[in-house]
This record gives sequence, C-alpha cells and structure tokens, in this order.
Amino acid sequence: MAARIWIFSVVVAVFLSISAFSSAQDLQIVNAERRIDLSSHIVKAFLTLKVENIGKDPAAEMLLAFPPTQIKNLAMVQALAITGKKKKKTYLPLDVKPTEQPDAPNDTGYYRVKFISPLGPGETVSLEVLYILTHSLEPFPVEITQSESQLVYYHDSAVILSPYHIKQQTTFVKTPTTRVESFTSVEPANRAGKEIKYGPYENRASYSYTPVIIHFENNSPFAVVEELVREIEISHWGSLQITENYRLTHGGARHKGVFSRVDYQSKRSVSGASSFNALLAVLPPRVNSVYYRDNIGNISTSHLRTGFRKSELEFEPRYPLFGGWSATFVIGYRVPLEDYLFEASDGRRYLNFTFGCPLVETIVNKLTLKVVLPEGSKDPSAVLPFTVNQELEVKYSYLDIVGRTVVVLQKDNVVPTHNVPFQVYYTFNPIYMLAEPFMLVTAFFLVFVASLAYVHIDLNIVRK
Amino acid sequence: MGGKSEPTKSESMATKTTNPDLLNTSFFSFKSLKLKTKQQELLLRISILGLVYILAFIARLFSVLRYESMIHEFDPYFNYRTTLFLTEKGFYEFWNWFDSESWYPLGRIIGGTLYPGLMVTAALIYWTLRFLRFFVHIREVCVLTAPFFASNTTLVAYFFGKEIWDTGAGLVAAVLIAICPGYISRSVAGSYDNEAVAIFALLLTFYLFVKAVNTGSLAWALGSAFGYFYMVSAWGGYVFIINLVPLYVLVLLITGRYSMRLYIAYNCMYILGMLLAMQIRFVGFQHVQSGEHMGAMGVFLLMQVFYFLDWVKYQLNDTKLFQTFLRITVTSAILVGGIALGVGTASGYISPWTGRFYSLLDPTYAKDHIPIIASVSEHQPTAWSSFMFDYHILLFLFPAGLYFCFKRLTDATIFIVMYGLTSLYFAGVMVRLILVATPAVCLISAIAVSATVKNLTSLLRTKQKVSQTGSTKGAGSSKASSKVTLDQSQPFQKNGAIALLVGVFYLLSRYAIHCTWVTSEAYSSPSIVLAARGAHGNRIIFDDYREAYYWLRQNTPTDAKIMSWWDYGYQITAMGNRTVIVDNNTWNNTHIATVGRAMSSYEDEAYDIMRSLDVNYVLVVFGGVTGYSSDDINKFLWMVRIGGGVFPVIKEPDYLVNGEFRVDKGASPKMLNCLMYKLCYYRFGELTTEYGKPPGYDRARGVEIGNKDIKLEHLEEAYTTSNWIVRIYRVKPPTNRL
Repeated sequence: MAARIWIFSVVVAVFLSISAFSSAQDLQIVNAERRIDLSSHIVKAFLTLKVENIGKDPAAEMLLAFPPTQIKNLAMVQALAITGKKKKKTYLPLDVKPTEQPDAPNDTGYYRVKFISPLGPGETVSLEVLYILTHSLEPFPVEITQSESQLVYYHDSAVILSPYHIKQQTTFVKTPTTRVESFTSVEPANRAGKEIKYGPYENRASYSYTPVIIHFENNSPFAVVEELVREIEISHWGSLQITENYRLTHGGARHKGVFSRVDYQSKRSVSGASSFNALLAVLPPRVNSVYYRDNIGNISTSHLRTGFRKSELEFEPRYPLFGGWSATFVIGYRVPLEDYLFEASDGRRYLNFTFGCPLVETIVNKLTLKVVLPEGSKDPSAVLPFTVNQELEVKYSYLDIVGRTVVVLQKDNVVPTHNVPFQVYYTFNPIYMLAEPFMLVTAFFLVFVASLAYVHIDLNIVRK
Repeated sequence: MGGKSEPTKSESMATKTTNPDLLNTSFFSFKSLKLKTKQQELLLRISILGLVYILAFIARLFSVLRYESMIHEFDPYFNYRTTLFLTEKGFYEFWNWFDSESWYPLGRIIGGTLYPGLMVTAALIYWTLRFLRFFVHIREVCVLTAPFFASNTTLVAYFFGKEIWDTGAGLVAAVLIAICPGYISRSVAGSYDNEAVAIFALLLTFYLFVKAVNTGSLAWALGSAFGYFYMVSAWGGYVFIINLVPLYVLVLLITGRYSMRLYIAYNCMYILGMLLAMQIRFVGFQHVQSGEHMGAMGVFLLMQVFYFLDWVKYQLNDTKLFQTFLRITVTSAILVGGIALGVGTASGYISPWTGRFYSLLDPTYAKDHIPIIASVSEHQPTAWSSFMFDYHILLFLFPAGLYFCFKRLTDATIFIVMYGLTSLYFAGVMVRLILVATPAVCLISAIAVSATVKNLTSLLRTKQKVSQTGSTKGAGSSKASSKVTLDQSQPFQKNGAIALLVGVFYLLSRYAIHCTWVTSEAYSSPSIVLAARGAHGNRIIFDDYREAYYWLRQNTPTDAKIMSWWDYGYQITAMGNRTVIVDNNTWNNTHIATVGRAMSSYEDEAYDIMRSLDVNYVLVVFGGVTGYSSDDINKFLWMVRIGGGVFPVIKEPDYLVNGEFRVDKGASPKMLNCLMYKLCYYRFGELTTEYGKPPGYDRARGVEIGNKDIKLEHLEEAYTTSNWIVRIYRVKPPTNRL
C-alpha cells in the first residue's frame, strides 16, 4: 500500500510541476529483456525495452530508474532507438541525462531518455539501453589466501526497477565460470551453465523490486585505477607528449597471509588465480618514445607492438597484484602532432584526442585529464560528449615565462566505454613558437658579448 | 683571475710561429683579428680544455645510456633522499631534520650528522636551473652532479699542473684525470656520493693553497680557506687536508724554506678555514678539540715561533745571543705545547684519535678492533691488481714524475710530491682511498709525460736546427748548439727521439683505451640493477631490489619497521619509504650488533629481539637462485662477528666447521637453524635451480643446502621477488596466551 501512495504522490507531483511533459504512468513497457554480464569486474547490463504510450498526450521522453546502491556506481548509461524491422534495423543514439525527481521513492536515481520524436498516443518504440556498473561485485569472503579462488556477491533485483508498469520481462545473468555458489531464486528462475535466468515475469507494477544475491567465482583481474592523471602536452614543434600517472590497485578480495614464490612459480594455475600480473594498454598508432617507470626508476617488463590502427603496450607491474595490493607507475609516450591537431574553419586550432584510460578492462575512480596548451594560446574550450568538471590552471615548463594554459578535465568513475574522442579548441599565434629559440639565441649571444668584453677590459687597479 | 695572468705566462711558453707571411695571407681580410702566436696558443689551449671538459662529462654517462638515469649503490640513496627533502622543505627544515625513519627506535638527527655540501650543491644547481626556467627533475640533477664536478676537476687539475710545472703539464693532467678509472669509479653519472664533489673541493683547496704559497697573496689564501670550507662541508676526508697541509708546512720549515709567503698562506688558510669549518654542525669544534686536528694547531703555533724568532734575530743582530735565545724559546715552546697537549688529553678536552683514523694509519687495526669497518669491501687493503686497474700506465709514470719533481724542487713540487706519497700510502691501506691519490698520481704523471715529450720534441727541434745550420756551416757549430742538452756522440738520437715519442703516444693511447674499457665494463653498473648474459647472448636484467622495495612502499603499512642487514638501510628508506632498524650510517655499533645477533640466533630467540625492536618485516638478500654472490649468506660471518663483538653469546666458531663456512649438510647445527639461514632457504629445498642438480642447489655457493625442511614459527613469507634475490618475511603478532 505504501508503494501505491508513493507512486501516487510522485504521479501527482510530476503531473502538477511539469504538466507539459507526459507523466510517468502514461507509458508502459510492453516487453523488457535484461542481460547482465558479470564476467569481468565491470558489470554491463543490456536492456531491450519496448515502450508504449498509453496516455493521451505525446511523450517526449522516458525515465530509467536505478536503485540507490547502483546509482552511485553507475558509470555510464547509453540508449539507442531501434527503427526498422529485423534486417533493416538501424540504431540511433538517444540523449540520456541524469535527472532528479522530486519525491523519488527510497532515493531512487533517474536517467531521462529523450526520444527522437515524441511518442504519440498508442505508439510503441524499441529501445536498447546499456548501463555499466562499477564496484558492484562485493568479494565474499573478504580476505582470501594465495591458493583460494575469488568469490563475489552481486546484488540486484530479479525484476527491473522502473517507474512504469512492465507487462513482461526476463533477466539473464552471465557469470564468468560455471562455479556459482548460490543465487536467490525467484520463481521462475533457473541456472544453466554460465547463465542464470530470472523470469519471465508478467505484469509487474511500477517500482517493483525483488532483491537477489548471486554468489559466484570471478577471477578476472579486478584492476582498479584509483587515480589517473593524464597530461597531454601540445608542442607546435611537431609532437604531442602524453604522460599518464597511474595508481593501480587490485580491487578484489584482500590477500591474506603468505605470499609464496614457490607456489606462485610452480603451480600457476591454482596459486594466485585471483591475482593479475599482465596489463595491456591500447595506445594510439605511430606512438614513439614510450616509457614505463615509477618513482624509483624504469620498469623493464614491458613490450610494445605498434600497428596501423593501434599500438599495444603489454606490461607488468614490478610484482603481481594480489587483492588489496597496489602499484603506482607512469606511462609516457609521444605521438605526431599532425594526427591529432587540426585547424577549425574559424581559424581556431583544436586537439582531437581520446578521453578515458588506455588500459583495457579497468575502472578509473578518478580521472584527471590535463591538456597543456602551448605558451601564448588563448580562449581554450573543451567539447565532450558527457559532463565533466572543467577548470583552467597554469603550468610552467621549459623556458616558460607566462606559463602554459592547462585545461583540466576531471571525471569520476570512468570505464573503457568512455574512451571516445573529445576536442579542445584554442587560438594560437605561431609567432610564439619562436620565442624560446629566440631566448636561447639571445642568452648565448650575451654570453659571448660578455666574454668579449671581459677579455678587453682591464680590471686591474694598478696598471701593470 | 687565472685567465688574466695567462697571456703574460704563455708568452714565455709560446713556440715560434712557422711563417708570419702565411698567416697574413690566410687572414688578409681580418687584419685586425689576425692571431698572434700567443693567441693561437691560447685558442688551442682553450679548445683542448673545452674538449677535455666535455670528454670528462660524457665518459661518465655509460651507465645512463646502458641502464637509465638512476642513483647507484647504497650511500647515494641517502644523499638523494636528503636532497629531495632539502628541495622540498627548504634549508631550515633540513638543518633541523630529525629522521625517525631510520635507526628505529633511536632515530637520527640528520642535520647534525651529515656533511651537507653535496646536498646543498645539488639543491643550488636545481634551484638555479629552475630559476632559469629549466624545469628539470631533482633526480636528474643528482645523477649528473658527479660528472659535472668531474669536469670541473679537470679544470682545476689544469691550473694546478700549470702552477707546479707548466701549461703543458696542466693540459696533460687535465686529460689524464678526465678519464682516469680511479676517479671515474666514484664519479660516474648516478654515483651521487660525497666524493663526487669532494675530490673537486680537495684539489681546489690544494691548488689555491699552493698558489697562495707561491704568491704570498692573501686573496689566494682566502680562496683556499673557502675551498677548505667547501671540502669540510662535503666529505669527512677533509681530515686529509688538515693533516697534509701542516705536514707540508713542517717539511718546508725543516728544509729551511720558511718564507713570509708561507707564513701568510698557512695562517690565513688555517685560521679562516678552521672558523669556517666550525659552521658545519657535524664537524663543530673538532678543530680545537680532536686529536686528529691538533697537528695543524701545533704547526700553526710553530709558525708563530718561527716568525717571532725571525723578528728577534733581526732585532738582536748577535748570533751568540740569538743561539741562546733560540734554545730557550724552542725548549719552552715545545714544553708548553707538550704540557698543553698532555693536560688537554688527560682532562678529556682533546679527544684521542678515533678508530677510523687509526685504521687509516695501520691497515691491520680495523680487522682486530672495528669489524664494522673491516666488513665493508671498499675498506679492504688494496690489491696490486686494483692499482693496475685504476691507474694503468700512471703507475709507471708516477715514479718518473717524482724524478722530475725532485730534479726541480720548488715549494709547489714539494707539495705535490708529499701529496702523492702520503695519499698513495692511504690508497694502499684502503681501496676506496685510491680516489684521493688519483689527482696526485695524475698530476705527477702529467709532469712526467709533459717533461718527457717536451724534452724529446726539443731534441727533435734542435736536431733540425743542427742539420739546417750544419749543412751551411759544418760540424763546428753543431757542437756549440748541442752542448746544452745533447750528447752529439749518439748518431741515432733523432730516430731514438721519434721512437720514444711514438712509444709515449702508444702508451697514452693504450691508457685511453683501457680507461674507456674499464669505465664501460666495471664502473658503470648501478649495482641496484643486475645484468647478466642469457644463454642466447641476450641481456637479462634482475631488477629484484627495486621490485622488493617498491612492494614494501606500496603494500605495507606506512609505519612498518623493516629489519635487514645495514647495507640495505638507505635503500629501503629511500626507495621503500619505510622505517629501518639500522642503515649504512653505522653510527651505533650496538644497534647493528643487535640486528646481527637476531640474524644469527635461533628463531625463537630472534623473535624476542625482533619484538623488542617492534620489527614488522624482515628483509634478506639471497642469491642462491641466480648465483648472485654478494648476498646475506656470504655476509653472514660479518653479522656473527659484529654481533659477537657486543654480545658474547654469539660465537663465531659455532657457525663454522673446522674453521670453514658451510651451508650444505656438513654445516654446523647452529648455522643450519639460525634465523638468517632459515629465512634465506625457506622452501628453497622444493626448487630446482639448475638442470641436472638436486632441488635446493645453491648456485651462489655451488652446493646442495643442508636443511631443506625449514619450518617457520614466528615469521611468514610476505613477499619474494621474481628471482628470489630479496625475500621479505612478516613477523607474526604473538599468539594469544591460553
């Protein structure tokens, strides 16, 4: 009953406050299918929704609801509209934005999906929604020894949380291995191999929630970059210098007790199954001068493969990472400028580079991306497909006098799907390029003049 | 200043031009800029010096090219850490720094127990570069400090050579010292140690002092005092200066070379140098309180007596009266001095000589009395081979140079002879002091080379002249011209001279080749990263030290205390950023002995010691898998000796079998069950290290280990590096009492 009242109040509130938009209950989901992929530590969920407008007014948008435990770990939500039938399907990306709803029940979080064109009464539309959750696998037991396998909990609802009525829905959960310790059964539910199927469930009211826990084995590398600072320094002399500072940890079950090298060396398959040693970074093609080091020097275990489409840097931290262990390191490389810096039609220059973290299958808790513009550049502005914190700072580098403008972009909870291009526009007068050579030339000239003067001036008090 | 006086000097040096007309034609358009002979010579000299300067720098970069820009060895890591602190926190914080991360639980007052010269130098270079908008990392500055100062040393060597002999000798000295392995061994890039700047300071002080003695100028003496101050701030080896200079003055006094110039030079240098040196907290009042510095004070007083006597002699004008006066004064002066010294020593005001000083004078002293000094490999007496290795042909040129010096005895040559002989003695006592002798050896050898080459070339020149004149005037004039130096009876003199010259150049080129080879092969390895050749000729890198230190840094609690043998203390604090029990500063022998005792006790006894020291982790270095021989098992006897020196329960014979140190089945039971053995060989018995050998085969010692079934009760393996070189154990908390 309580839920009903909640919903009623939500409906009323929404209806009263923003009567221009369609209210929640004007839509219903005819059919929903959810596939949750738990094979790595990044949880990916695919929703296929068939939405119908049962109200009288056209609906311009719909809401996606997430329980409070998920909303804080939600790294990304993407939605696509499917048009056309079967083989002629085309996907159109939709605008998705986080939104606040007054009187949201139990701190439910919302995302608003804007349809391409308002959905008329009685019309239906098919949507594909992808959302990505981080830090949603909770290791249990919390501490494991070297020889143990890592078991994790995944909490979710057997039915999709939605502000709309869902007529029919099914949820598939894919686990990395067949080893599933337990899962909450909500009839009808069954498990086959690596897949657990919840549903189909018929006619679930809005805001239905049936918590389930899945306890399963997941030994995939829980590579979490706690902090990543990427600095992209633009030099108009022809190159882009990228420096990436990582603080990497193993985010899985904490390692307890002994680390035995003998076991780790000889019984690699059973010993240290949850640990990881090798990492892969996907770098741009034509990358050069790659280095991999940390505070105390070079790390010699890395291997670079360059290609036309991308370069791959395989590297190992100094030691294998077990649960709770961390490593900090720096990767730096240089790429040719002409691949990434262009001139816009209005005369401004812009850098077109990839956002996100080059490491594959990693979560970045806090990503700071600094674009260091050349000295003398003005009016910087960054263009990104998602919201980030932006600010400006000044950095001094070699032979700088006024300092370089740095565009700082900061985003939390970054996953590999955030590796999309972004642009930084700025104006730059090429005459500034000559400032530093000119300074050096002047300095040398003055040294020579000074020595010339010194040789010819007699500084003796008494004439010899 | 030096540059100003050059043209006048070089005039006398200048050789005759070939043909002035030729010069006129080649420089016809720059008549005003036409180079005179002395200008040509100057240009040549400066360009040679410039090249030597660059050569000295780049010859030391092998390690950067082969490995990376990194700090080497052990002590440099402490210097690097302190420099980092200095640049981050500023000078006052640095001066007042109490380091609680080392010598737990005692701590160490860093500001008062180090020679700050090196750190301040590097920080100044760093700040200057920052000011000039060169945003370098402090590590790069530290890595390149040593080569930079080596380059500066070549310049000082040039001026020194010029002062004691001539410009030619100066140039040769600069070239010799630029690549001399004895010096390169301590000044390659990354070898960020006190010696890196100290040799420069040492040579500079000596040069300025000799210059002051030669000129009698207060300015040079003042410069020498400041050079001495810099040396005191940089290295404990300043004691060598404060003893050599008075000794030199004493020798001059005895040989009747007392002069006003000497009086001015020594008094100014000693008084100002002493006052300046007192500003260094680590040195403090030692100049007036320690026995090692009393010689200088005595010579200073003797100088005054000499001056007084000189004055009295001048006033009296009566030899008989003066003789009596002399007798009374000298006796009473010696008496007063002796009583003062006796009272000072007896009352404890003047401290007696330290063990380190004794061990310098007497090579056998350390072995019997201070095992901690004797345990360091660079404190061992020098083998002949290492002299040969470090000096190569200089070893033969040195006596020749001495011969030339004795042939032309001046105040300056007496100094270099004394410097050469004393430092060579010390070089024989300790391997590391080869470094101190190197500048002297290079300078004296340079005199030999320069004088020989000069004589030979002048021989050739006179011969030419003789043959030219001889063709016109006949044999009569050749006799006259050759009477100065030549014996005309030798018919193959010219050919002989050419042959000798070729020989000299051959030797010098061998020297250059040898130096390059030694530098690249022996002295350019950072020792923290080990490299080996694989089966297919590829280079294998063992980076285990840094792996372990970085593991400590990242994966242990920040307040964890690490126990290890003192060798690794500096590296653990600098790279691992964790508190250590003992480190390379070895200031507290008892504390080191406690660690030595823990390592050589049974596990439960060691556990009590470790609990009392709050130890959380124990780190041992083990080379059994890779065949790395300077590991803790091979150092173990020193731990036993140092531990046994303080705690008599540890007895060396318990660890030996028939006086032999063994780790295999024949080893003594105490050895097989002591903590160090257990920690090194824990679970090693399960590992096959070499094909065709039984499991548990120790490659560093070439034996199968004696105890393969090692159980640890109070410790557990926390981490072992990929090649097993560093093993870290966690000390378990005590079990609950039932």
